[in-house]
Parts: sequence; structure tokens; C-alpha cells
Amino acid sequence: MIAMQATTGRATDAAASPVPAFMTRDVCVFYGQKQALTNVSLDIHRNQVTSLIGPSGCGKSTYLRCLNRMNDIIDGCRVTGSILLDGQDIYSGSMDVVHLRARVGMVFQKPNPFPKSIFENVAYGPRIHGIAKDKTELEAIVHNSLEKAGLLAEVKDRMDQPGTGLSGGQQQRLCIARAIAVQPEVILMDEPCSALDPIATARIEELIDELREHFAIVIVTHSMQQAARVSQRTGFFHLGILVETGDTEQIFTNPRDKRTQDYITGRFG
Amino acid sequence: MSLSTLLLALLVLSSLAFYLGRKKALSAAGSNLRTLHSLPNYYGYYLALWAGIPALAVFTLWLVLEPQIVQSLVVGGLPEAQRNLSPGRLGLLINDIRNLASGNIVSREVAPGLQEAADHYVRLRDTSRIALFVAVLALAVAGLTFGRQRIRANLRARNQVETVLKAFLIVGSTVAVLTTAGIVFSLVFEAGRFFVAVSPAEFLFGTEWSPQIALRKDQVGAQGAFGAVPLFAGTLLISVIAMCVAMPVGLMSAIYMAEYAPPKLRTVIKPILEILAGIPTVVYGFFAALTVAPFFRDTGAAVGLTISSESALAAGIVMGIMIIPFVSSLSDDVINAVPRAMREGSYGLGATQSETIRKVIIPAALPGIVGGFLLAISRAIGETMIVVMAAGLTANMTINPFHAVTTITVQIVTLLIGDQEFDSPKTLAAFALGLVLFLITLVLNIGALRIVKKYREQYE
Ligand SMILES: Nc1ncnc2c1ncn2[C@@H]1O[C@H](COP(=O)(O)OP(=O)(O)OP(=O)(O)O)[C@@H](O)[C@H]1O
Ligand SMILES: [Mg+2]
Repeated sequence: MIAMQATTGRATDAAASPVPAFMTRDVCVFYGQKQALTNVSLDIHRNQVTSLIGPSGCGKSTYLRCLNRMNDIIDGCRVTGSILLDGQDIYSGSMDVVHLRARVGMVFQKPNPFPKSIFENVAYGPRIHGIAKDKTELEAIVHNSLEKAGLLAEVKDRMDQPGTGLSGGQQQRLCIARAIAVQPEVILMDEPCSALDPIATARIEELIDELREHFAIVIVTHSMQQAARVSQRTGFFHLGILVETGDTEQIFTNPRDKRTQDYITGRFG
Repeated sequence: MSLSTLLLALLVLSSLAFYLGRKKALSAAGSNLRTLHSLPNYYGYYLALWAGIPALAVFTLWLVLEPQIVQSLVVGGLPEAQRNLSPGRLGLLINDIRNLASGNIVSREVAPGLQEAADHYVRLRDTSRIALFVAVLALAVAGLTFGRQRIRANLRARNQVETVLKAFLIVGSTVAVLTTAGIVFSLVFEAGRFFVAVSPAEFLFGTEWSPQIALRKDQVGAQGAFGAVPLFAGTLLISVIAMCVAMPVGLMSAIYMAEYAPPKLRTVIKPILEILAGIPTVVYGFFAALTVAPFFRDTGAAVGLTISSESALAAGIVMGIMIIPFVSSLSDDVINAVPRAMREGSYGLGATQSETIRKVIIPAALPGIVGGFLLAISRAIGETMIVVMAAGLTANMTINPFHAVTTITVQIVTLLIGDQEFDSPKTLAAFALGLVLFLITLVLNIGALRIVKKYREQYE
């Protein structure tokens, strides 16, 4: 009984401070000779939204793209340090980048639906990873993902029309549906609302909050309000270094570093 | 003074006008440049145009009309007997007068009358030249003075200069369009004459092509046969073979260049591939005739196939090689035009490079690739040299690639080679074939451009 309680106790404890999905230590990134990130050490937790803020060009996107090795496709980009996903080094030889990207999905700053039908856009990931056994299952996955992305109601009568014909906000939700259809563990979002109007932004923020139940989410944003609204933890980047990281509330109410304070109060940007 | 001196003088005057116009405008503006309607340079151009264009127009007109006028004056001065010669002989005479005037060799003994006429001719021409000089320069100066008077601060010089420029551009494009229209018209006209002799139905659906027409009544085959189907079949066969070569090779090399090749390699490979497009087709032709065709014949013999030494296969394959650069270069461009975001989206979902290429990039670039193929096909259909040299001249009605075939273009060439009458159906058939060829490539090109355009819109 006591043992039981202890286990339960630890479980609750783990929920409060869970084992991180990502553990990154001393990550440095170089574009050719130029160093874009220096010694970034950050944990990404499950069931939490981690937001990355900082002035333009400070390396937020670069860091994000390390987490699913999207930097691999950039010529001359080199990453050092350790990035562990569930304890496994994602840059080690034994990590298959295809599996990694299936586990760590990404939503880009600009909506980039494929020039295919809405259905095919969402079915793309499950198809290449062979997630669905048959057509009915695939349809179920597509519906489910669109539902979760809050887009199903708007598109269920036009699944075979091109995804590029949707509005900007709808396209972005389509891209989110596309990412979650692969059933990843972590979703990386690089300024997902920068091209959207306030209503579409609000919908996506709502969505992020719901997605948090199932995924670990990292979001890069230029909007302090957005970071404060959707995230539980925040990291502040400046000139390629991670200046400060902590609970969102603490960062925004009581930053420890002068630079963070200047940034969030709008003294520089 | 020669004509080039006059042109030079005109140029100098125009430059002077530019300078004067600018100066006048500046002085008209006074201390405040903003009161000028246009930038000072426009007033310069304005005046230069006034000085240059009327003078140049008169100059051109003069040069066009001068020979006729001088000639008729000279003829008018000839003795009665010579004036009444037949037009042909009169032409010869005038030619001699001209030659004599410019000191060339003459085709007859120089009679005193002839020498007199030549002197008359020279005198007239010299007068005309002097008059031309005076007229042109006077007009230039007059234009300059007149234009200069019109320059005020509120003169809309920019608008007027731009109107003139636009007129020049319109004239230029009209010349291009009219030339094309003229060519098409003559094609249609001559083809029409052919279809009077041979019915269109026989031409389009007949399966017998033997355009030899007897020169004498008693020769055999006096009628000739103008069924063009064997030519269409031959053209189609060779084009299909060429596309079977060019499509996969071109597309694969485009994909390699666009997606796999490191940038350094790409900068080397791409120009090399484009050199292929610069090789004269006659070189491909003898490559086909002397290397490829015998190779196929010998290989065929070795495995027990009869392949004639002039075969559709050899011509088609070499033509395919020739159009590889079209396919690869155009495909490479459209593949590169697929936005980077599309690739990242696919990679981000865990797709491999080949999956991304097959499922995202090629479908996205497909319309452009198809457009490239169509352009390449129309190029293949219009190709002549390779086929003349490697596929033979016999109009076989066959789809067997091992046989000799002939194409539309080759027949046009053979119909027109040598001395021909220009009103026999044999020669006119060339125009009918040309018309068919033109229509085919026109349709292909329009289709290709449509598709390419539609594709462009997709990402804009
Ligand atoms: N492909 C690249 N090649 C070379 N340098 C790059 C490349 N991508 C980014 N950089 C450089 O790395 C640094 C960090 O860029 P990054 O895109 O990560 O900034 P960011 O924080 O996302 O900025 P923003 O808020 O404007 O998106 C910048 O100085 C940038 O110039
Ligand atoms: Mg960025």
C-alpha cells in the first residue's frame, strides 16, 4: 500500500517535473565559418509548450531545426554538442533521420501545403511511414488529424480540392494536421502565426493548447503575448546564446538577466 | 562627301541638339528646377529627336526613291529607238549604263551614245546627292530651331519623348509580326495551289508517296502519288523513338543536377549538357549515319535481325540524344523553381530524398516538365539533317524501327533539291508538307506554353 502510494506519488511528481523529451547540451551550430549558436543547453518537456523568443537573427530557427535535423539539408551547416531524444543521441550514426522526423514533426513559418488535394496533404506522412493498414484506417487518420487541427468542419466537403486553394490560416492548420497525422511525439513550430490574422492566430493558439495533451511542443514566436499565453516554459535567445530559460511566468514577471528584461519590456529588439 | 559623312553630320547635329535642348530647358527653368515639367535630359532628347527624325526620314525616303527617279530621267534622255526596246533588253541596257557610270566592266562595246547616257547618269546622281545633303542638313537645322522654340518650362517633354520611343518599339515588333505573317501566308497560298492539283483528302489519307512526275508524256508513273501518310508515320516513329531516349535520360539528368549534384559539379555539368544543344545537327547526322546506323546493322546481324543500314532506330536515337539538353535544361529549371518550402515540408514529415522527389517535386513540376517535353518534340519533328543522313529517303509505310523510313522534313528537302519547276505539284507538295509541319509544331508549342504558364501561376 505504501509502495503503491509511493509509486503514485512519484507519478504525480513526474507530471509536475517530467523526464524531458529532448535534452540538449552545449549545442553549437556553424554555417560554414560563421557560428550561429553557442553552447545552448535546454530541456524540452512532454505535455508542455516551450516557447523560444529573442530578437531576429539570434538563432531560434537554427536551434529548432537542430531538433529534427532539418539543418542536414543546408550545405555547410555543422552541429556539435549533444541532442538526446529519450536518451538517444539524434546525431549518432544509429539514428535514422527518417524515423527521427517521424517522431519530431515540424510546422513552418509560411504555410507550405503540397500542391495536392487536402486529403492527400494529410495522408502524405502516414503513407510514407506505412502507418495505416488500409484505406479506411488512412481515412480515419486524416479525419482525426483534421479534427484535431480544427479544420475538419471547414473542409470535410472538399477533401479532394487542392490544399493550396485554402486561405492562409486554413493552410497553416492544414500543415498542422499534416504534421500530427504522423503521430509524432514532439511538434516544432517556427513562427506558425506570423502570416495570420488575429482570429486565425487565436484558433491556432487554442489548438496548441489542446495539442499539448498529447505532444511536446516547441514554438518560436516574436509575439511576447503569444509566448506568455501559450507556453509553460520560455527560453530567451540573444546573439546565438541561450541567455535565460525558465517557467514562462517567471521569465515574464521576474527575469533574472538584464537582457531578458530589456527584451520583454521592449527596450531593444 | 559620302553618305556616311552625312549620317555622321546628322549624329553630330542631334548631339548638339541634345545639348542645346538641355541648356534651353535649364535656362527656362531659371533658379528653380522644380518648375520644369520633365527632367532636363528629356528636353535634350526632345530636341535631338526634332533634329534627327525628320531629316532621317527624308534621307531614307530619298535613298529609296532616287534610283527610280534617276533611271527614268536617264531613259527619258535616250534616243527614241532605245527607249522603245522590250523591258528585258531595256533593263540590260540600263544595267550597262550603271556599270559604265561606276567604272565596271560592260557587256558590250562602248558606243558614244552609251557613254553619253552614263555621263548623264553620273551627273544626275551627283546632283541628287548634293540636293540630298542640302535637304537633310537644312531639315535637321530647321527641326532643331523649331523644336528649340517650343521648349518652355511647362513643355511635356518626357511624355512626348516616350511616345516617340513607343512608336519605335511598335514599328520594330510590327516588322517581326509582318514577316511571320508573310511567311505563313505564302505557305498557305502555295499549299492552296497544290491542293488544286491534288485533293486534300488524297494528300492527308493516301498511303502512297511517290512524287516523281514524268517530264515527258511517255514516261511511266506520269501521275505521281501524293499520299502523305507514310511520311506522317515515319515522322511519328522517329519522334517517338527520340522521346523514348530523351525523356528518361533528360529527366533523370535534370533530377540529378537539381537535387543530388553538389553545386560545384552542377556548375560544370550543366554547361556541358548545354553544349550538346550547340552541336550542329549535321554533325549529329554523320555520327548517326557513319557510327550508330552501322553499329545497329552489325549488332542486328549478329543476333539474327535484319536491320537496314539506314534505319528509323538509328535516326531516332541520335535525334533523342540531340534533344536531351532541351528536356534536361527545361526540367532542371522547373524542378529548381519548386519552392524550397515544398521540399522542407516533405523532409520535415520524414520523407526521404527520393520520396520527396517522386511524390512532391515531380508532381509539382510536372506541368513544366511536360511543357519541356512538348517543346522538345516539336524540335524533333522539325529536325531534318539527322533523318536525311540516317533514316533514308524511302517512304515506307511501316512502324518497324529497323526499316528505313522518311519524314516530312526530309521529303521537303528532296522535293526542292535541284532544278525544279515552281508550278508542278511535285514542288508545290513541299509547301503543303511545310504547312502540315507548321501546324503540328504550332499546336505543340501553344500547348507547351499554355501548360508552362499555368504552372507558373501555381506559385505566384
Ligand atoms: N542557411 C544559412 N546559411 C548561413 N547563415 C545562416 C543560415 N540560416 C541562418 N543563418 C544565420 O544564422 C543566424 C541565426 O539565424 P536564425 O534563422 O536561426 O535566426 P532567427 O532567430 O530564427 O531569426 P528570425 O527571428 O528573424 O527568424 C543568423 O545570423 C543568420 O544569418
Ligand atoms: Mg527564424
